[in-house]
Amino acid sequence: MPVSTTTQGTPIWRLRTTRAQWLGYLAWLAAGCLFLLCWKVISDNTMWVFVEDAGRQGSDLISRMLPPEWTYAHRLWKPMWDTMNIATLGTVLGIAMAFPVAFLAARNTTPHPLVRSAALLIIVSSRSINSLIWAMLLVTILGPGVLAGIIAIALRSIGFVGKLLYEAIEEIHPTPVEAISATGASRLQVMSYGVLPQVLPAFAGISVYRWDINIRESTVLGLVGAGGIGLQLNAAINSLAWNQVSVIFVMIFVTVLASEWISARVRHAIT
Amino acid sequence: MLTLSQVTKRYPTGDRALTDIDLTLPAGQVMALIGPSGAGKSTLIRCVNRLVEPTSGSIRLGDTELTRLSGRELRRARRAMGMIFQEYALVDRLTVMENVLSGRLGQVGFWRSFLRRYPADAVTEAFRLLERVGLPHAIDKRADALSGGQRQRVGIARALLQDPQLLLVDEPTASLDPKTSRQIMRLIRELCAERELGAIINIHDVALARQFADRIAGLRAGEIVFDGRPEALDAETLTTIYGEENWGEEEWDTQGQAADEASSSSVEPATRLSLATGGAS
Amino acid sequence: MTRQAMARAGQWRRLPMIRDPRLRWGLALGGLVYLLLALSTIDVNWARVAEGAGRGLNFLAAFTQPDFVSRRGDILDGILESLTMTLTSTVIGVALAIPVGLGAARNISPWPVYYLCRGIITVSRTFQEIIIAILFVVMFGFGPLAGMITLAFATIGFMAKLLAEDIEDLDWRQVEAVRATGASWWQTMNHAVQPQVMPRLIGLSMYRLDINFRESAVIGIVGAGGIGATLNTSISRYEYDTSAAILLIIIAIVLLCEYSSSHVRRWTQ
Repeated sequence: MPVSTTTQGTPIWRLRTTRAQWLGYLAWLAAGCLFLLCWKVISDNTMWVFVEDAGRQGSDLISRMLPPEWTYAHRLWKPMWDTMNIATLGTVLGIAMAFPVAFLAARNTTPHPLVRSAALLIIVSSRSINSLIWAMLLVTILGPGVLAGIIAIALRSIGFVGKLLYEAIEEIHPTPVEAISATGASRLQVMSYGVLPQVLPAFAGISVYRWDINIRESTVLGLVGAGGIGLQLNAAINSLAWNQVSVIFVMIFVTVLASEWISARVRHAIT
Repeated sequence: MLTLSQVTKRYPTGDRALTDIDLTLPAGQVMALIGPSGAGKSTLIRCVNRLVEPTSGSIRLGDTELTRLSGRELRRARRAMGMIFQEYALVDRLTVMENVLSGRLGQVGFWRSFLRRYPADAVTEAFRLLERVGLPHAIDKRADALSGGQRQRVGIARALLQDPQLLLVDEPTASLDPKTSRQIMRLIRELCAERELGAIINIHDVALARQFADRIAGLRAGEIVFDGRPEALDAETLTTIYGEENWGEEEWDTQGQAADEASSSSVEPATRLSLATGGAS
Repeated sequence: MTRQAMARAGQWRRLPMIRDPRLRWGLALGGLVYLLLALSTIDVNWARVAEGAGRGLNFLAAFTQPDFVSRRGDILDGILESLTMTLTSTVIGVALAIPVGLGAARNISPWPVYYLCRGIITVSRTFQEIIIAILFVVMFGFGPLAGMITLAFATIGFMAKLLAEDIEDLDWRQVEAVRATGASWWQTMNHAVQPQVMPRLIGLSMYRLDINFRESAVIGIVGAGGIGATLNTSISRYEYDTSAAILLIIIAIVLLCEYSSSHVRRWTQ
């Protein structure tokens, strides 16, 4: 009871009771201690000499980046094209795999609870593992190149698209599904008439959204050898050609902004 | 034509929705099913087309025992029963024509239905039905662009495209205004007469039930407590179905008052709510 | 013939999504051409793939017998570092994201502040964490500090953008009601804005914690601390049983995080 009465009989109002207040303080204290502990671990593993030097290093870095070596840009069109292809083809492949997985994972369309658990496991594994890790693995298996990047992007997209899509499927209105079942439609027909039209806008939106994230992710896959502009980035950094690095940064910046703008426009038009 | 005997439905939670229902519906009869909310009306008609599985008992449509069917046979049996829903249950993002044609899903293969390649006779029949319910101009409109009454007409056309022997109608007028409600009930009634269709209509509005049904059954707590002609429904039987209430009062009057009260009180809680959230910090 | 007359005669086709046939076929053709061009850029060295296929099978097989033991020291250190980086970066990032988010909300901040904050958000969101990590490693040296700053920076962009959007479409009547009592700017923030955005802010912070952990597993590749370095080493040495162990740990922690965040969210609402 937040309202209590004093000995004089006047009621006092407090936001929380004393007990809740103390529990709150304790929780904050515990969180603070945890934070400090974590900080200590980090600080133990840090060479503070380098950190003191950070300002000078930073300004040095910027001075080396400027002015950008713009003539380098014409050698970046092909890698950029590769990057776009990795993102787009990876997204298409990922969506194609995520679509059935989402239907198997949604509570209202799954054929069996066991199948649902398996589908959820696929989704969570794919979500937990960053596309860069997938790329590292695939490069050791398939060899360096665009293909490893495409598959890495696809594998990471399954979880993202699958999760959002199965949540959308679970949120559909049940009555049209009931009505379609009542006409004597088969299971697949119920899916295609009762469920699919209801989730199609969400599906399109999620796909475009993931495509725009994938453009961003595919810019770095080259760091581990999986194709795209990341390869050039890696080479430029290794040879300390920072004025080339800044050109690459500008390219990435513009491309990502453009894809984000396109994706936002498309999603706005759909809904 | 439709015979229910000893039908019982118990939900996994242990709630008994229906207890030993015995009911026979001859061909061509329109029966209204009335009763308070939660009496089991919806469960009863959903047991007939097995959207809800009855726990025990037998349901026969013509010569077919419905409770034992599964898979393909169940789908074939469902074709013979058209269903009309309270919230219309149209697929909002499909066009009116697609919604009506979905009544034929039980008779076309998956790919044909997926690619919307319906046989010509289905299309002709669908269009004829749309003309009959007064919406031939709307074939290419999306279902969510229609008004409530129009949507329910599409729902009726979809059910009739199944060419059913029986209509299961679940609260067809609950979301409609009084005038549209009457039009929809009249339409259902006429169509049943034209096609000699039997129908079970769940309905809240006793006056509509009296006006449009051949027979009225009253359901209370999962049991049938009244079954007879509309004229036989008097204040006493209404009390057995719904409980104590002054049934003699002019009905439109009390309803009007209730509506007034509802609209005037609906303003107040809203302001109270926003004050409460504003002050909750 | 009109579509109605055709329908009467039994002729009916679904309306195409794009009415103009030239545009429709043009788009389809364009899509096809792009797909062919894009597919042609994939050059696969089949000999290399055949060689690697065995490794792929090894990798899958490793999941049935992951090896937690032989590198347990490295794994433990890496996971601990990842977790600490995740936690500190989320706390710092969220704390810094709040002022940036307030500044980036069009309805409560003046134009120069708005553009500055939007600029910070755009830069932070555009570049992958790993690119930022490279720069911070150069500045701060190898180790978890660079990683932590990277993740905190990425958190600012993520949280501030969503926070700003929340503030932009919050219920303005409540703000006016509080203002009408004669409350100051800070009091208005505390009584009208905070209660409306707080539950989502907590939910998003939990979500970001989850993302930060997943990111902390990769920025180690460029030397910014965490489990990534260990994982990278194990993969490049083809020690798939150790990689499998690390991946399983990551999946388990992400699952745990998701489970607890759904609890926290229920508790705050």
